Amino acid sequence: MNSDPEYTCRSISEGLGEGDVILSKDALCFALVEAETGVVLEKGHDLQGKSVAGKVLVMPTGKGSSVVQADGLYRLITHEKAPTAVIIEQPEPVLVSTIIAMEVPLVDTVEPAFYEAVADGDHVVVDAVGEKLVLRKRSARHTEVKP
Amino acid sequence: MELTSVERDMLAGKHGEGSALAMKVQVGTGKAFYARRMVPITRAHVALSAQEGDVYWVTKLVDAGARCVISPTVNPSMDLKYVDEHVHSLAGEGRDRVAAANDAYRRIGATMTLSCTPELEKNVPAFGEVVAFSESSATPYVNSVLGARTNRESSISALCAAVTGRVPEYGLLLDENRRGEVLVEVEAKVEDDFDWSLLGWAFPMKYKGCEIPVFTGITERPTPEGFVQFGAELATSGAVAMYHIVGITPEAPTLDAALGGNAVKARVTITDADLDRIREEVCGQPGKIEFAMFGCPHLSIRQVAEIAAIADGRRFAVDAWVLTSSLTKELAERMGYLSIIRRAGGHIVADTCMDMPGCWDFAFNKSGVTESPKCAYYSQVYGQRYAVRPLAQAVEAALTGEVVK
Repeated sequence: MNSDPEYTCRSISEGLGEGDVILSKDALCFALVEAETGVVLEKGHDLQGKSVAGKVLVMPTGKGSSVVQADGLYRLITHEKAPTAVIIEQPEPVLVSTIIAMEVPLVDTVEPAFYEAVADGDHVVVDAVGEKLVLRKRSARHTEVKP
Repeated sequence: MELTSVERDMLAGKHGEGSALAMKVQVGTGKAFYARRMVPITRAHVALSAQEGDVYWVTKLVDAGARCVISPTVNPSMDLKYVDEHVHSLAGEGRDRVAAANDAYRRIGATMTLSCTPELEKNVPAFGEVVAFSESSATPYVNSVLGARTNRESSISALCAAVTGRVPEYGLLLDENRRGEVLVEVEAKVEDDFDWSLLGWAFPMKYKGCEIPVFTGITERPTPEGFVQFGAELATSGAVAMYHIVGITPEAPTLDAALGGNAVKARVTITDADLDRIREEVCGQPGKIEFAMFGCPHLSIRQVAEIAAIADGRRFAVDAWVLTSSLTKELAERMGYLSIIRRAGGHIVADTCMDMPGCWDFAFNKSGVTESPKCAYYSQVYGQRYAVRPLAQAVEAALTGEVVK
């Protein structure tokens, strides 16, 4: 357990969240995610057809008009399909204010080694109070569950 | 970020739970952008939408005791009574949300203008004024045409600013971030309002970065409506919150002033061929239409007058909806334009947005005409198809039932 690597980050929206990682090359607008399933609908998006529900979402930044981001994230939360935490590289005003208001943990300025180590499906604990990430590689988890 | 004692008290809940919630969002946002302090605002505009997330947030704040220190103007939703009488009776949930949004915004102390062009009437900032405006088409106008200062606020953060009376100081509030970095050489002929729409759509198609563009090669000042449409399209096909036009906008008397010592990071040229390509991609083919939708953003009195002049003594062949503010509708009544448009069988609808779930269901899977590329883009989710034409041509199409070229 102690061997799980930790990485520093900066907390923007405080809280604790954990889950399997879903990595996106593209910025995401929550309005273009189906609220009932958490599946990304936007055509051509890196995550099109994949679900963000219960995941730790890792993406470059946010996008979308002044209104739709908030409504999209709110609807995901009411359907219990929102990401448990979000990790971004670049803050964007609409995303940041929306996520703080909707009380989803959000961090940025993660140390570069995290991005080198992380892959889809790894488990991450986002501690947006203590400003650290704990990464458990999927391979490590598989070893652990074996008898 | 350094907070004053009043701001610290707000954050700690000494001014009530509602203002603490608002301050928490703003302090978090300020931290994200390395703001050093909060600064007071003198105006705000909130992009009310009556969508679920909007109703949730305004209700949460007002029920926690928040009241606006700076009363914001607000975006349109729907004139329920008019829509009931002339469009259709809106089903329960949508109807309840419109009523709930209006009630909560009234209680929190908003000024219920229900219009998306506050920059033209009722909430016009002056040069250098620090404000919080959250309508994406208003933001570039406020920064670029008026020289007032606002960041790209969300409906959430603009409401927080109205409640606390301040904003974190970062981004476009600071001199050094208002200078251009991308040089846009306009070789295309830009002569009327519609050309400005096309130019606004064209730039983000050619340049994806978020640096401030500086347009050169423009010799004639656009009309206020041209500026509104230019900003609306820049913020639809891209996310531009500020631009300069050399020799025309107030922070760009010269190219050097617009760049403010910045090196030119990229050069973009926009030619007639570029605008022709946008026309082809965005404006749709000629053909029969079944309805007409004008006013995204809301039309000004000059545009309503233009419609009235063309429609005078004639009849619309299809349902024609002219969206504007209640103030402009009142003025249109005084000027006789409302009577002319009504006699032609058309409607002026106040307080209402074309992007309003449930409002325009009759247009599902139908073809219409509009003057607005933004309208055509956002209504795709409602299954509406549009031909986009200059206002006069679009009105003519509504009178004959056909877009001819």
